[in-house]
Amino acid sequence: MALLLEQLLNGVQLGVTLFLLAAGLTLVFGIMGVINLAHGSLYMVGAYAAAVAASATGSAIVALLSGLAAAAGVGMVVEYVVLRRLYARDHLDQVLATFGLILFFNEGMVLLFGRQPLFVNVPEALRGTVRVLPGVDYPIYRVAIIAVGLLVALGLYLLIQRTRVGMLVRAGATHREMVRALGVDVRLLYTLVFGLGALLAGLAGVMTGPILSVQVGMGEQILILTFVVVVIGGIGSVRGALFGAVLVGLVDTVLRAYVPGLLRQVMEGSEADALGAGLASMGVYLLMALVLLVKPRGLFPAHA
Amino acid sequence: MHKMLRDERAWAVALLLLAALIPVVAPMLDSPATVGLATRIVIYAIAASSLNLILGHAGLVSFGHAAYFGLGGYAVGILYAHYSSGEPFLGFIPGSNDLLVTMPVAIIVGGIGAAIIGALSFRTAGVQFIMITLAFAQMLYFLFVSLKAYGGDDGLAIRRVAPVLGMNLRDAATLFWICLGLLAVWLFLMDRIARSRFGRVLAGVRQGERRMAALGVRTYFYKLVAFVIAGMGAAMAGALMVNYLRFVSPDMMAWTKSGEMMIMVILGGLGTLLGPVIGAGVLVTLEYTLSGLTEHWQFIEGPILLLVVLFARGGLMGAVRRLAGRRVPAPEAVPHGELPQAQKPLGEALPEAVRHG
Amino acid sequence: MTLNRRGLLASGAALGLGAASLARPALAQAAPLKIGMITTLSGAGGYIGQDIRDAFMLAMEMEGGKLGGTPIQLLVEDDGFRPGQGKQVAERFMKNERVKLLTGIIFSNILGAVVGDVLDAGGIYVSPNASPSNLAGKECHKNFWSVAWQNDSLHESAGQLANNLGQKKMFILAPNYQAGRDALTGFKRLYKGQVAGEVYTRLDQTDYAAEMAQIRAAAPDGVYQFHPGGLGISFLRQYVQAGLLSNIPMTLASPSMDATTLAAVGDAAVGINLTSQWNSDLDVPASKRFVAAFQAKYNRIPTFYAQQSFDTALAIGAALKGTGGKVDDTEAFYRAMKPANFESTRGKFAFGANNHPIQDWWAIKVENVSGKPALVSKDRVLTNHGDVYAAQCKF
Repeated sequence: MALLLEQLLNGVQLGVTLFLLAAGLTLVFGIMGVINLAHGSLYMVGAYAAAVAASATGSAIVALLSGLAAAAGVGMVVEYVVLRRLYARDHLDQVLATFGLILFFNEGMVLLFGRQPLFVNVPEALRGTVRVLPGVDYPIYRVAIIAVGLLVALGLYLLIQRTRVGMLVRAGATHREMVRALGVDVRLLYTLVFGLGALLAGLAGVMTGPILSVQVGMGEQILILTFVVVVIGGIGSVRGALFGAVLVGLVDTVLRAYVPGLLRQVMEGSEADALGAGLASMGVYLLMALVLLVKPRGLFPAHA
Repeated sequence: MHKMLRDERAWAVALLLLAALIPVVAPMLDSPATVGLATRIVIYAIAASSLNLILGHAGLVSFGHAAYFGLGGYAVGILYAHYSSGEPFLGFIPGSNDLLVTMPVAIIVGGIGAAIIGALSFRTAGVQFIMITLAFAQMLYFLFVSLKAYGGDDGLAIRRVAPVLGMNLRDAATLFWICLGLLAVWLFLMDRIARSRFGRVLAGVRQGERRMAALGVRTYFYKLVAFVIAGMGAAMAGALMVNYLRFVSPDMMAWTKSGEMMIMVILGGLGTLLGPVIGAGVLVTLEYTLSGLTEHWQFIEGPILLLVVLFARGGLMGAVRRLAGRRVPAPEAVPHGELPQAQKPLGEALPEAVRHG
Repeated sequence: MTLNRRGLLASGAALGLGAASLARPALAQAAPLKIGMITTLSGAGGYIGQDIRDAFMLAMEMEGGKLGGTPIQLLVEDDGFRPGQGKQVAERFMKNERVKLLTGIIFSNILGAVVGDVLDAGGIYVSPNASPSNLAGKECHKNFWSVAWQNDSLHESAGQLANNLGQKKMFILAPNYQAGRDALTGFKRLYKGQVAGEVYTRLDQTDYAAEMAQIRAAAPDGVYQFHPGGLGISFLRQYVQAGLLSNIPMTLASPSMDATTLAAVGDAAVGINLTSQWNSDLDVPASKRFVAAFQAKYNRIPTFYAQQSFDTALAIGAALKGTGGKVDDTEAFYRAMKPANFESTRGKFAFGANNHPIQDWWAIKVENVSGKPALVSKDRVLTNHGDVYAAQCKF
């Protein structure tokens, strides 16, 4: 029982990380209609900036702020220089251009920081474990990630539902021309939304830095999973991104933890482990295919 | 003469004839490995051209095309593994190392795979279609990664290849000519399709599927057939690739490979006959040349791709057209970027999906 | 064309001859022998390729641009972690550059795509790392040499170490790919205790929280895990963060704990046990010279990968000395290579019947040395250890 609870917490934590990435992607996707493959690069930029700042100053706050600033800054520059020219193009041009950006950013990081993976320590205050329930010890740092993720979700909800900017964002997702007709500076709005998405990706990068190794290519490892989340949740829907992310996180973690054990009941040990690991990896994609076959627009289509 | 220059088919024939000289010229230039490079380009050209049938002509963005490429490759690899071990596949299908057997099997397996995946995937459209095709490809990828019997992640090596009709496949020039011949056949088929009623229906699907449906055309059927043909083409390319590499691994069906094929098509020019061929040639050569110059080749390749998108609408073929001063392209060869705003297929599919959600 | 190739530039720099050698390649003297190095320089495994390349070039530089008295031109190219690209590079090396002797590949799937072509064309391949079981057993080849280890030995030695440490109940983990599955098989071959759990992770996995929970629940005496490169860093850091390292000791094979991984994990790694064929503190004169020279030139501690590559260069040098710098006669090369007449940084080194190493394995512990965690050598775990596949090998 304790084990199951811990696995569920792990699933939620992975889900929350995915949400931070998916929220930005789904906004950019839904509002500007841009497929941005380089979203993972912004996550990487955030992680690298935080790692470098942390090793230079030793301060977790400085690391956090540098990571966020770098990701948001790079994001807005990319929007201004490149993506702005691609809004009117079809998705395929966007795919090719943002793929080019991935190559550029990955190799740029190698040129700047070398090939050795960087590392960040968990901040002093967040080390160790905490007893979340009787018999379940859980790393404080992961609890903190879950808390931050949920706070961001709440913040995004308030931003989108309760503010003028949020109203424009909602309107922009459904009636782009109308917003433009109202005399709103759509270009500025787009840059800001893109910056916000980049900021969230950077936050995910900063927070996962101490858990994973900060290395070139880390963005692509998580990019595909993020797209899966966005599509399952419904494109353009932040609420869908949250549900989709937690669902994907849970499914992935629980399958990984339990499928090999179940298979071992019916077949020989090492075969079961190998096949089980493969089946668990397929699980998330199977989930997406099933969701799309039943609900072709995802679980929470924007503006339902 | 001027008219001939405008015809892509004439250029295709000229290009293929010139390419056929590579195995003769390369050793004279003291660069025999160029034949291998050219073989790789030709194989990717077949794969990219098959993707172009659905991506360029019908506007259906499949992000899982490497699945069929890999299925074709594994058909050859698995048949060989059973040939060399002597145990029949599933207990009753004997293995083989003969290209005349393995190639048709590969094509059929690819076609069946595409039929199943396509039949399910066409329930969705737009971005969801992109993602569901990716999902199926990823499932196959992880399946082959976990198939311990066939090497898993490490792949299968193919040590002995049977001669085909007296031709030695281990000879670089022979293999190249076989690949080139199949590319020629494939391009001929693509050209016939583009100019047929079938091709016009596909173009209609791209420009507005609802309008086609309103005209009473069963678009689902046409889309599926195109999808299956494309899958068979990719499987053929996959089988050739395995014969060239003498090695098959799940790497062949990774999502990055699907992305690479997509980039070849877009780079060369969507919906054109020669675009995918040129895209494959330019991308493979670019990587080959740049990675020979510097280990940071990606830092240069990335911006080059970006510049092509920003300044060469309709890919390299579009750029060539503009340089040639041709303003009005033929209807069956409309490069994507030059479509009028209202006809853009995918750019509009997305807000539509949101709007009617 | 060839003048622009990075390989030549790299060799020029390595020889310390600078631009002069580029301006007049192969003057009146005999042209240098070309050695082709295909290795992974991009992506997450990039730092490994860098060490392999740097150590090989160091060995050449220490001999004034020569190996075994033969002037060498080293051509280095990135395989991009893609089997197809590796094969392409090999083909160009062999056909255009007329290279007969190749080395450098790190990952066994790339080796699988390349090595058949090299051997079939009458070339020689000397592996500084990847050595999968098929090439040691049934498909062994007279012209395939491993100067690293046969994959299984890494894990057999770890299994023996777990016995020595009195760990009766082990939880074992590795990624779900060939080398990972071989790792757990190899570990179990010599390990005599009970296996409390056997888990395969994903090769692209970065978060191991689910596995941590399973380990905690199984409460074993020890954990054995094999995760090379960046995967290992993630795994270890999360193991520490989950508070497991203080309760359940960890045993590793060398690819999971190289100098780079240690730097990434830091103090938290103190107390970890591992086995290796070599360590930077070994009391072997050749090793001391290598470590000092490597640190002086590259300002970092050499990893096991660097050592393997350095020994590879020395082994090739010894063979070239025997053949008078010729590689065309592979039979002569075989005879000159087989006695392993070089001063290995591991001390003892011999080639077995299948051209794979017979060597000693050491227990190594991560300890605090003057305030910094370091890999400290302990006892010998296995002596003159070869591999189980040699019996299946017939040239």
